[in-house]
This record gives sequence, structure tokens and C-alpha cells, in this order.
Amino acid sequence: MHLLYQIFVDPFVQMGTAPDLLAQTLWEGLVSGVLYALIALGFVLIFKASGVFNFAQGIMVVFAALTLVGLYQAMTRLGVVNPTIGAYLALAGTVVVMFLLAVGVERLVLRPLVNQPDIVLFMATFGLTYFLIGFGEYVFGGDPQVMIADQLHLPRGRIDVHVFGGVVQMQKIDITAAVIASVLVAALAVFFQKTRIGRALRAVADSHRAALSVGISLETIWVIVWFAAGIVALATGIMWGARSDVSFALEIIALKALPVLILGGLTSIPGAIVGGLIIGLSEKIGELYWGPLLGSGIESWLAYVIALVFLLFRPQGLFGERIIERV
Amino acid sequence: MLYREVGQFKTSYTSDQAIFPILQDRLGIVAIVIAAYLIGLTGGDFLLNAVLIPFLIFSLAAIGLNLLTGYTGLLSLGTGAFMGVGAYACYKLTTYFPNVNILLWVVVSGFFASIVGALFGLPSLRIKGFYLAVATLAAQFFLEWCFIRIPWLFNYNESGAIEVPQREIFGIIVTGPRASAQTRYLVVLTIVAALTWLASNLVHGRIGRMWMAVRDMDIAAELMGIRLLPTKLLAFAVSSYVCGVAGALLVFLWYGGAESTVFDINQSFQILFMVIIGGLGSIIGSYFGAAVIYMMPIVLRAVPGWFGLPLQPATVEHLTFMVVGALIIVFLIAEPHGLARLWQIAKQKLRVWPFPY
Repeated sequence: MHLLYQIFVDPFVQMGTAPDLLAQTLWEGLVSGVLYALIALGFVLIFKASGVFNFAQGIMVVFAALTLVGLYQAMTRLGVVNPTIGAYLALAGTVVVMFLLAVGVERLVLRPLVNQPDIVLFMATFGLTYFLIGFGEYVFGGDPQVMIADQLHLPRGRIDVHVFGGVVQMQKIDITAAVIASVLVAALAVFFQKTRIGRALRAVADSHRAALSVGISLETIWVIVWFAAGIVALATGIMWGARSDVSFALEIIALKALPVLILGGLTSIPGAIVGGLIIGLSEKIGELYWGPLLGSGIESWLAYVIALVFLLFRPQGLFGERIIERV
Repeated sequence: MLYREVGQFKTSYTSDQAIFPILQDRLGIVAIVIAAYLIGLTGGDFLLNAVLIPFLIFSLAAIGLNLLTGYTGLLSLGTGAFMGVGAYACYKLTTYFPNVNILLWVVVSGFFASIVGALFGLPSLRIKGFYLAVATLAAQFFLEWCFIRIPWLFNYNESGAIEVPQREIFGIIVTGPRASAQTRYLVVLTIVAALTWLASNLVHGRIGRMWMAVRDMDIAAELMGIRLLPTKLLAFAVSSYVCGVAGALLVFLWYGGAESTVFDINQSFQILFMVIIGGLGSIIGSYFGAAVIYMMPIVLRAVPGWFGLPLQPATVEHLTFMVVGALIIVFLIAEPHGLARLWQIAKQKLRVWPFPY
């Protein structure tokens, strides 16, 4: 009885008595949700266009962030005095690096593996992950780096919102992250729906063979998609990096994007966002109000269990295309 | 020249269906087993401890995952956690019943893993592919959390780790810090060989056929009268059993003590690598995969030394990562069906040599 009370009544009483804490938690949940959603977005982009479940998206985030910091440090050493110019040069340089990465992946990994089963391609992205971890550590060192948020003129500090007789603290960088995420999603939506390349991308997603037969070059499409995923990774890396340090530990956090994908559906861009927000929110709320019951740390698996339960009822995700099987 | 099947006539269905229909294969397998035991009696500590014992244990884990992923087509990322269940179960059992033969507990602990595995396999009826992989991730992270947060599992140790106690069988020390490498190797070899034999018989029999039917197309399998839920759950149970035993062996006969980090997500990936590189749906492939994935870093670390290149240990570590990653991709490009397929091709070539047809 006491346990039932603790599960079903007590948390809500707590929410009612301290609404400012609830609001703060909701905000934090939304913010981490946005960041999960950004990683998930990278997955969705690649999955939509090539059917590859890109496990390397997490490491691409780390790699992009490290490249940015590394290039900036190189600029400083070369004598670019103005930090702003240096930072934006580094940003441009990182975009170029991500493009080269996209071309390299297409040439060396995807092209030789065309028409192989999904699991083989999935496995190949594991290989890519290992390679990028080794390469990143070799070039940039294994130590955590500080993101050049100030030099990029990302806003610092926080806004205090007074609600419910309490204070909700909002970091400006989090607001920026939310804005950037929305802009990215809007841009991608327009890109997918309105441009010629976007239409080609959707065609490829529907059927590789049919797309080839109407003269769409798969190679170009893949490079574009991986490049777009690289840009998303860069944005994610900057945002994550500005909140904490840039380190390879981020890679495990990237696994959190998987339940997000499941919730939202593997092929849906809005799904990635909604799924991210749901996961982020339920994680923070669950940890704060129900976590103490089980001993803390349930954040590490709650997302997966939510996804698991969800899958039992709606296997294709919130916005995923209906899975139709033919014999 | 020696590898010819000329003159070996099959006069019964049994011999026609044999797993090793060719005499040379049978002799070869006997020779390998004998050689494996001889190495155990004569081999040095380094060879046994750092190479062969882990190789065998990882092979067993890979066979376990292969039963699930390779034979039944259910992708799982929870192998590490299922291995952990075996290890922790074995630890608790031997704590409560210290006088019972430890090998019995190693073998029994797998059943606990199989119960947990079947439980987390329940969603497999409705979901498959990558979706199922994420569902098994839930098992991975939940169980890992249990290993950390439930102190009962590690007997309320200060360190949060399990320490393997010393256990004897017939007066010979088998586990614990004082057990000799040779004893442990022979024990591991025996268990791994026995379970391999069991797994091989399973997949060649009715159950294996059911699994493969489900893998190839589950709707068609259902139409043919194979009940999906029992079949898939059985695959989860058997696979987790084998993985659980491998986990118990890993802790009790190799590490001698372990924290929850041993069974983290990287362990799961490692085993999955072995299965895919070795060959999905092949028992012998599991051995090849384990050999490649486990040995490759060891060999790569030694390579700069042979050429006398003065490299920092950290640099070697990073280069190892890069080379392992690149090699995985190269292997996949060269032979997407894994090393087991290469082995088949080689045998076929040898059989008809020197004529190409």
C-alpha cells in the first residue's frame, strides 16, 4: 500500500507542492530532449536516404566538435590573432572536413558495399566508428577539450524566469540550441520537400533501383546526405560541447538517440524531434520523482524501457511509415 | 591431394546427413581436439592465460549470439548483459552453496541467463531488425544498472566488484588466484567443446531448422506451422544460456574478479563484431571471428615492436583502433558473409585442386 502510494500519489503531490521545481525539470528535460533529437536527426537523414543505420553518428558528433576545436587551436598557433575570425575560419574548415568525410565514406565504405544486407552496412558503420575514434584520438589527443563557445559568440549566462513563486533558470546556450535545432529542422524540411535534390533524396529513400532507373545518381545523393548528417553532427557537437566538455564520453550519450528514433519512427524527421522531447522529458521527470524509489540512476535505462514498452503497442513508431510485410 | 572424398560411399541416410561427411574432416576435428588438450598440458602461462583461454570463452559467447542473430535472425545488443547475468548468478550460487562443485554452478548459472534472456526476448514477436536491437539495448542498460545498484548481487562488497573465491574439485584448485593456467584452460576447453557440440547438434536438428525458417522469412515459417513465439523465445533462451555460461567462465576462470563494466555495451558490440566478421549462421565462424577480433589488437600492439619502431603506448592504442576499424570494413567488403564463407571456398578449392571444376 505504501509502495503504491509512493508510486502513484507521492510524486504528483511533490509536483503540486513545488511547481517551480517541476517547471525547472520540464525545461531541463526539453533541453536534453533537443540535443537527443539533434543526434537522432543525423540518424534519420542517413537512414531515409540510404537505408543505412549509421551507428557512427555519435562519433561523428565528437569528431566534428574536436575538429573545430583542433582547427581553432591550429589557427591560434599560426598567428590568427582575432579570436572571432579564427573561430569562424575553423568552423568553415570543419565544414570542409565533414564534406571530405562524407566523400570518403561514400567512396571507401558505401560504394563497395552496395546491395549488401542491412546488417553488413550497419556493421560497416561500426568499423567506421572505431576508425574515427582511433583517428580522432590520434590527431586531437584523448583529453577532453573546451568548446570555443565564446569565440563563436554563442550567448552565455542565464535568464531567470519567475513563475509559480519560484525561479526557473534557463541557460541562454540551451535556448540557442533549441533555436538552432528548430532552424535546422525547418531548413531540412524545406530542403526535402521543395528542392530538386530533396525530391531525389526522397526517391532514393523509396527505392534505390527505381531512383537509379530515372537517372538519379546514388553516389551524389549519398555524399549529400552524409554531408548533411555531418553538418547536423557539427551543430550537435557545438551545442553539447558548450554545455560540457568535448570528449569521447559523448559517444555513449549518442546511444540515447536510439530510443528516440524508435519513438519517432526511423524515417521521420518530425518524429526525431518529438521523440527526442518525449525521451528527454520523461527521463528527467522520472529520475527526479520516481528515481529515489529504485535507487537513483534510472536515467541510464529509462529511455530504453520507454521505447521498449512503446514498441509493443506501435512497432513503427509515432510517425514511422506503417510496416507492411508481404510474403 | 590428401583432401579427397573419392571412395567414401554413403550407404545410409545417417551418414549422408552427417555434419562431417568426409573422413578427412572427421580426422581433422579429432586432431584439433587432441592438439587443444595437448597444448593445455604443455603450453606456457602466457599462451594459455592471455591468448587461448579468452579466445575460447569469447568463441563460446559468439556461438551463443550466433544462435540468436545468425540462425534465428534476431539482432541483439544485450549479449554483454546476458553474460553478466551468468557471472553474477554463478557468484551468488557459489556463495550460498560453497561446497557444491563449481563447474556445476557454472553450467547451471546459464539457466538464469536464459530466463532473463527469454523475458527480454518477449518483444521479438512484434518487432524485428533494428527495432529489436534497440529493445535489447534496454536489457543491456537495465541489467547493467542492476549490477551496480543492487548490492546483494555482489555480496555488499565495498568495491562493488565480485571476487572469485577459491574452489577445488577433487583436490585440484580450479578457480581463484591460485588456480594454475593449465587447469583453468583444460576446464574451459572441456566446457566450450561440450557446448559447441551441443549447439552444433541443435542447429542441425529440428530446432535449428525451425530457427532458420524463422530467420529466412517468419511469416512463411508461421504459415508452415512453426509457432513463432516459442521458437523465438527458445532461441533467446538457448542463446542467453550459452552467453551466460561464457560470462561465468569469463569471470571465474579468466578474470578472477569483475566489476559491472566488464559486461557493458562495448562487450556486447565486441561479441557482435565476432559474429559478423566470423560469419552469421556458422558455428565455426564464431571461432574465426573470436580469433580475429580478440587477437587482432594483441598482434597489432606487437607489430611496432618487431620493426623496432619507437611508438608511444598511447599512439599504438589509437592506431590499433584505426586499424581494427579499417580492417572490419575491409573484411566486410572482401567477404560480406564472413570468414566462414572464405573457409568454405578454400575447402572447395582444395577438394577439386588442381582442377578448377
